[in-house]
Amino acid sequence: MKVTLKIKRFNPEKDEKPWWAEYAVEAEPTDRLLDALNAVKWYQDGTLSYRRSCAHGICGSDAMLINGSNALACKALLKNLGDTITVEPMRGFRVVKDLMVDLEPFFDKYKQVKPYFITYSVTPEKERLQSPPERERFDDTTKCILCGACTTSCPSFWANPEYVGPAAIVNAHRFIFDSRDEGREERLEILNHRDGVWRCRTIFNCVEACPRGINVTRAIGEVKQALMYRKL
Amino acid sequence: MNGAARARPESGVELYAWLFMRVSGLALLFLALGHLLIMHVIHNVETIDYQFVAHRFMTPFWRTYDLVMLWLALLHGLNGARTMIEDYVGARGWRVFSLASLYILGFIFLALGSLVILTFQPVGTS
Repeated sequence: MKVTLKIKRFNPEKDEKPWWAEYAVEAEPTDRLLDALNAVKWYQDGTLSYRRSCAHGICGSDAMLINGSNALACKALLKNLGDTITVEPMRGFRVVKDLMVDLEPFFDKYKQVKPYFITYSVTPEKERLQSPPERERFDDTTKCILCGACTTSCPSFWANPEYVGPAAIVNAHRFIFDSRDEGREERLEILNHRDGVWRCRTIFNCVEACPRGINVTRAIGEVKQALMYRKL
Repeated sequence: MNGAARARPESGVELYAWLFMRVSGLALLFLALGHLLIMHVIHNVETIDYQFVAHRFMTPFWRTYDLVMLWLALLHGLNGARTMIEDYVGARGWRVFSLASLYILGFIFLALGSLVILTFQPVGTS
């Protein structure tokens, strides 16, 4: 099949503003958008820039705006995308070049929520045991690959770049509800401000965008509830 | 933006605002539906006049009903508008101006409405 890629390109060193480039690519319906992007970069225009690493939907490098929705280029099959596919960088972050955005602010927010085990009790001699239901409690949010699709699909984040964003809350949730972790209180305190969980307006864009199928809005809701029950 | 490991504890106003929206929303669902039922389904709009309201306000129950609905609906709406202003009015000057206007207007409406409901004296009703 023949597909046309309409790619929003921008080189801050040369271009005053973004512009649309069109590339015709011959591909199989079962190819992924990433294959088509590679075909462009390798055989048509080597100046096209995008991130990709594992190409199997687990490293989270190639999240981009595909036909108006955030998705991973390596998980989007051409047969589901139509004959003309628009590809843009994720919204809300500074474009470094073409489809690459500056994710430093994204990882700053991620670090804010202390995304690592915190323990204050005496370290046991063996591993810290956890029952299957205790593990199940936060299973959904362990799936995050930090691709940024949820945060950059969030209108609340577009309007307020200071908002900690769904991805950081998901990663806070992963530890807040982990029975082995002891940093629950400090994480909740970090999220209990205007630009923390309370900036979430339950728009659900994050749920649609997440390539891992995480119920992001639910996770944010659970953090809000945890905050509420802590106070009441 | 330097946001790494920045803790910014707040008094929890947003938490209570969030909780208020849920509780008042739930209460308003019944209050407003009841209001709609009485004013538009059970009684025809044309039959609702001064006499009707005066008669209704003779019982403390309906005054309380209307007072609770007024406060919940107005505060619920005000908080929604506050949220929108805080989300989308970025310039500090405009934000302060919009919020100040909102609070002043809200206070005036709340005071006027409460005044009417609490001090209304039926005149010339049988």
